[in-house]
Amino acid sequence: MKALKIVVLAKQVPDTRNVGKDAMKADGTVNRAALPAIFNPEDLNALEQALRVKDQIPGTKVILLTMGPGRAAEVIREGLYRGADEGYLLTDRAFAGADTLATSYALACAIRKINDVDLIFAGRQAIDGDTAQVGPQVAEKMHLPQVTYVEEITEIKKGKITLKRRLERGVESVECPMPCVVTVNGSAPTCRPRNAKALMKYKHARTVTEQQDSSEDYITLYTERPYLAIPEWSVNDIESDLQQLGLTGSPTKVKKIENIVFQAKEARKIESNDEGIEDLMKELIENHTLG
Amino acid sequence: MDNFYLDNPELKFHLTHPLMKKIVALKERDFKDKDNYDYAPIDFEDAMDSYQKVLEIVGDICANIVGPNAEGVDQEGPVHDKNGVTYAKGTQENLDALIKAGLMGITLPREFEGLNFPIVPYTMAADIVSRADAGFVNIWGLQDCAETIHEFASDEQKTKYLPRVSRGETMAMDLTEPDAGSDLQRVMLKANYNEQEDQWYLNGVKRFITNGDGDISLVLARSEDGTVDGRGLSMFIYDKASKGVTVRRIEHKMGIIGSPTCELVFKNAKAELVGDRKLGLIKYVMSLMNGARLGIAAQSVGIAEAAYREALTYAEEREQFGKPIIQFPAVYEILTTMKAKLDACRSLLYETARFVDIYKTYTHIAEERTLEKEERNEMKKYQKLADIYTPLAKGISSELCNQMAYDSLQIHGGSGFMKDYPIERIYRDARITSIYEGTTQLQVVAAIRGVTAGGYLKQINEYENSEIKPELQNYRRMLVGMTEEYEDAVDKINNIGDSEFTDFHARRLVEMAGNIIMGYLLILDTERDHNYWKSTEVFLKVARGENKGKAEFIRYSNVNDLGKFKKE
Repeated sequence: MKALKIVVLAKQVPDTRNVGKDAMKADGTVNRAALPAIFNPEDLNALEQALRVKDQIPGTKVILLTMGPGRAAEVIREGLYRGADEGYLLTDRAFAGADTLATSYALACAIRKINDVDLIFAGRQAIDGDTAQVGPQVAEKMHLPQVTYVEEITEIKKGKITLKRRLERGVESVECPMPCVVTVNGSAPTCRPRNAKALMKYKHARTVTEQQDSSEDYITLYTERPYLAIPEWSVNDIESDLQQLGLTGSPTKVKKIENIVFQAKEARKIESNDEGIEDLMKELIENHTLG
Repeated sequence: MDNFYLDNPELKFHLTHPLMKKIVALKERDFKDKDNYDYAPIDFEDAMDSYQKVLEIVGDICANIVGPNAEGVDQEGPVHDKNGVTYAKGTQENLDALIKAGLMGITLPREFEGLNFPIVPYTMAADIVSRADAGFVNIWGLQDCAETIHEFASDEQKTKYLPRVSRGETMAMDLTEPDAGSDLQRVMLKANYNEQEDQWYLNGVKRFITNGDGDISLVLARSEDGTVDGRGLSMFIYDKASKGVTVRRIEHKMGIIGSPTCELVFKNAKAELVGDRKLGLIKYVMSLMNGARLGIAAQSVGIAEAAYREALTYAEEREQFGKPIIQFPAVYEILTTMKAKLDACRSLLYETARFVDIYKTYTHIAEERTLEKEERNEMKKYQKLADIYTPLAKGISSELCNQMAYDSLQIHGGSGFMKDYPIERIYRDARITSIYEGTTQLQVVAAIRGVTAGGYLKQINEYENSEIKPELQNYRRMLVGMTEEYEDAVDKINNIGDSEFTDFHARRLVEMAGNIIMGYLLILDTERDHNYWKSTEVFLKVARGENKGKAEFIRYSNVNDLGKFKKE
């Protein structure tokens, strides 16, 4: 089978799973400095799906694409350690302040620049925004079909991919022509661990900016080993319309951020008989928790 | 995310021992691989950085996959079926994760797709895996059988088998038979050479074979007709792909349940001779066993680590009489002594690993070029040290891990006796360590030469002459006293010169030497990191008492005692 070219969209996010008391600033925004920056968990599930395709179809190339500040290169390195072949960092002041629309636009432009891509994988959503919009919007911008909530790839054959989607009431099997965009659920298999050889090969991988800042003695390495240079793309590197990028390209306006503290309510005891359960069901349907 | 390497700073401490500079330089032959392999280190710092980052991977997989799987694996165990052996689900998951992470063939050279790591970081990986699941380390850790192929097999065999190990095929060492356990000279499995086919065939039975259904096995077999002792035995490679061996049964064991222990029937199984005929037991198995013994020492330290952590957590959480039980002297004494002995034992383990590293690497360098005189002397020095330290480390750490598992369970009280806490499994898993790869009694037989011929004393004197800070002098004085006491005991045994009398006191003497050595190692650890002072202090107090008891026994003992102890 023909080798594929796969792009995995990955985001560096604050680890909101381990929130401490200083996780929010007084003005209600996320205190990114207090939270460790991690590879968005569902993007790791997406990477695993891409790597499984690579395991099956020799010669397949897995390319990571991330947008963010310079330190987001960490996400690229992490992907390289786990089996990705290369990665691009979209970084520019002009991208800053982007909402999901502007982000998808920038990513779509970058994917066009990578060119000739067969599959685009992304995690279902990022744990900092929880919008689940970027993957689908990238598909729309590129006029590609999209398959969301994917848990498993069952077959790739004759330019088509068959996938299993995890939906609320069951599993749906979908066949889709390629190229297409696939968003992957957290319930899909967890990503494989870092590989020792890949880690030792890529641990010195740096973006040009990082190379300049680096005090390390390995500067000559970057000329000897070109694969250690992580490409940084600015606005000028992707053919794009400045108006659609960053804050200018973002119609989303934050009206208000509220600090919600969950409070434990008094417990209620439901009798464990048919009557008790029926009453509970009625109540839940009435207040629209169910149905 | 939990990580069994990062949460255990003792490992990094031992990894950064000053002798590593020499070990890495030797192992990397002055970093010549860097031009041919993209994952080879550029210099010493780069190599050390790689070891740590790779150990982080091991720590991640062990904390998040192997450890959580351990209980299920213990309940499920492997299954004997028509295909041979099927691992428990968790075992297979563990193995897949470690293979995907490229953590097989860790010590093998890069030309065979290995990582070319020294023994020290490999031993650390074994230490970490054992803490997560002591049964699983047997399957993963059998990769060190590849070292025997690397050392003694032909170039053709190395090229054929070693990359397969690096890619994740598992191994086994088929030594034991129903009538040949501790006494391997009695091995009867028959090896016949068919001249027309230029092919060896194996026939017979092997028993108690860990991972006996592995992909590549090293088999000890009798190749010389009419012989009855060790000089008629040779070493063979059996490739599972060539068939001819069936698993007759797997044992039902007390512990390390995830590790399949097989009875194997060889029926005209094709095999390849390793190295020279007749050297199977006297040379190759000795080397194989030394590697395996270091592995068991690492397994023991890993189990001891797990036992200590379980005990500490429980003692801090469990309240009785209105306070956490860790506040009672009877409990905190046990815990602190456990920690001191664990630190002592780990120091002994990595000291041994360093000696083995230097000696083994010189052995390999000697195949590439003639060693300088100075290098030859160094190789001999470290070979001698490795020979006497390996049984010492295996014997002492396996006994310690049993003691630690016992103490940890004791701290758990009745709860520890139930299946509700991991210590119940750890206790069962610990029990085998002082039995397989040579019982403690056999380690003593191997180690006693270091006592009577003065090998340990020579090294003790070297430690004694190391530069240490003034505040550590007091500890040294204690050890100088203990050394005099030990020398008196050794002199007495040597002067009497009765071999049975020596054997009678051998374990006492070896343990005395071990305590002194561990005491010095802890002082040297404290010299590098002040945090070790407490373990040093506690260990020396306990060890001094233990040694005194043994010294007294020997002082008031004479050859006539043998009759009193001997069963009529």
